[in-house]
Amino acid sequence: MSAPDIAALQPIQAARPWQRDLIGVAVILAAAIAGYFLFPDNLALLTRIIAIMLLVLSLDLVTGYCGVATLGHAALFGAGAYAAGIAAVTFGITEPLSMVAIGAIAGAVAGLVSGVVILRGHGLAQLVLSIAVIHLFHEAANKASTYTGGSDGLSGIAPDPVFGLFEFDLWGRTAYGFGIVLLVLVFVLLRILVRSPFGMLCRGIRQDPVRISAMGASVKASLIKMYVISGAVAGIGGALNAVSTQVVGLDSLSFTNSAEALVMLVLGGAGSLYGAFVGTIVFMWFEHVVSAANPFHWLTIVGALLIAVVLFAPKGLYGTAVTLSQRLTRSGP
Amino acid sequence: MSAVFAVERLKKSFGGLEVTRDVSLSMAKGDRIALIGPNGAGKTTFVNLVTGHLQPNSGRVLMGGEDISRFNPMRRVRAGLVRSFQVTRLFSEMTPEEHIGLAILQREGRSGRMAGSFRAMPQVMREMRNILETLNLSALATVPVGEIAYGQQRLLEIALALALRPKVLLLDEPAAGVPHSDTFLIENALAQLPDDLAVLMIEHDMDLVFRFAKRVIVLAAGEIIFDGSPQAVTEDPRVREAYLGSYVHASSAA
Repeated sequence: MSAPDIAALQPIQAARPWQRDLIGVAVILAAAIAGYFLFPDNLALLTRIIAIMLLVLSLDLVTGYCGVATLGHAALFGAGAYAAGIAAVTFGITEPLSMVAIGAIAGAVAGLVSGVVILRGHGLAQLVLSIAVIHLFHEAANKASTYTGGSDGLSGIAPDPVFGLFEFDLWGRTAYGFGIVLLVLVFVLLRILVRSPFGMLCRGIRQDPVRISAMGASVKASLIKMYVISGAVAGIGGALNAVSTQVVGLDSLSFTNSAEALVMLVLGGAGSLYGAFVGTIVFMWFEHVVSAANPFHWLTIVGALLIAVVLFAPKGLYGTAVTLSQRLTRSGP
Repeated sequence: MSAVFAVERLKKSFGGLEVTRDVSLSMAKGDRIALIGPNGAGKTTFVNLVTGHLQPNSGRVLMGGEDISRFNPMRRVRAGLVRSFQVTRLFSEMTPEEHIGLAILQREGRSGRMAGSFRAMPQVMREMRNILETLNLSALATVPVGEIAYGQQRLLEIALALALRPKVLLLDEPAAGVPHSDTFLIENALAQLPDDLAVLMIEHDMDLVFRFAKRVIVLAAGEIIFDGSPQAVTEDPRVREAYLGSYVHASSAA
């Protein structure tokens, strides 16, 4: 292919990502509407899936895009959940959007703190530091029971109606709609972020940090910046969980929650926002269905599924689907 | 002769072993210097001292008269001191276009921007295309680097350095790993480097050294034992003894 051909292709390539994002938003909305009508009795579960999706998206930013290995990411989610809950219970801030904003800020701060700690290590040391971080956060929340309710959990969160109009109802319709709107907003912003120069820089860091610093860019500063953004996203997820369930438990700050988020990300495919969506839905739906059918062995089945994915589809469900469809279109006419 | 880059009395020892002993050199605009020396002469240590990945025991590194000895590696790059790697270090999932785009944005201090894309920045795109064209990489602009041939990855490594618009370029064995039949590609690329750029190349391939360099510096056992023209280097008895002996033997045997 000669140079002029490539020049002619450029405008098309520049336009294409936006179209793809619009399709992404349309798919999310279609899935949301389908979920609403297909599972009207399970809206609470669907809302919880959305909250966890935000956690997995947030994890994808640091793990999938930047290559940071962490088993402590629920610290950011839990910080958002507790901050929103404490704001409502202790300080009387019950306006839901303010609660979400407080959750985002608390998540960002938790992201900064845990990022500074975790990024001091590499590889295995990094993983161990992240485990230490989540346990410290967990223990801190346990001890500060005056504010957090300790092991009993923080209850009595009563958010106001959204915009003073939409009351949080018993069926969880408002919470579900609220969650979908947050998810779409976050998705659009993250699409812009991962495509931006900064997103490209972060992908470069994952592939070769030495090269990035040889280009004069600071690996550490970029990663901490991404950790703060990731914290805000996870914090929004935590706050959504606090607003929708009206309680915050220590499990939101747990190692298990962190590890499950990582499993969901690997299942769906790290390094793609869609992979985070797919992994969360599949894992949580699986958990919901299989744990009802076989409450004792559902984790065994999830484990088997995970092994199958890691062995036969190492790019995750979404990543593998993309590869397959590319192969089909390439071999086609 | 105004020096764009200088090293003054650089010393480095690991434990009791002196790896760099009192090395001084200076480079002017447009210099084409080859740094050669037998294995273990301290070439890699020298590069690491210059780029800031190692701290010297004593001595200074200067860029345009400014002491950059206390700068961290990233600040040195921003000051115009750029290196390439012996083994290519590229982003295997990214395209040459993205590599160069990112390097240009980084140079301009815009790599931290969280919105937009270099594809929507006409002057970045123009510069990117020029660089890729200069190095004959235009046809591969949108192919992931992991899928392109090693020789061309080598070229991209040079392109990436150029996109940072260095004042001083350290090329660490730019032809390493390239089949001998393809070294002309690298040679052509090196011939296209901007005239005012000062280049210091570390290289084992003596044909390439003699064709590229206007000045040859020989490092042996941590010391500069020769600094002069390529014509004179083969005549120098100390160099013959320390290094070229094996080369002369090898080439006469061949």
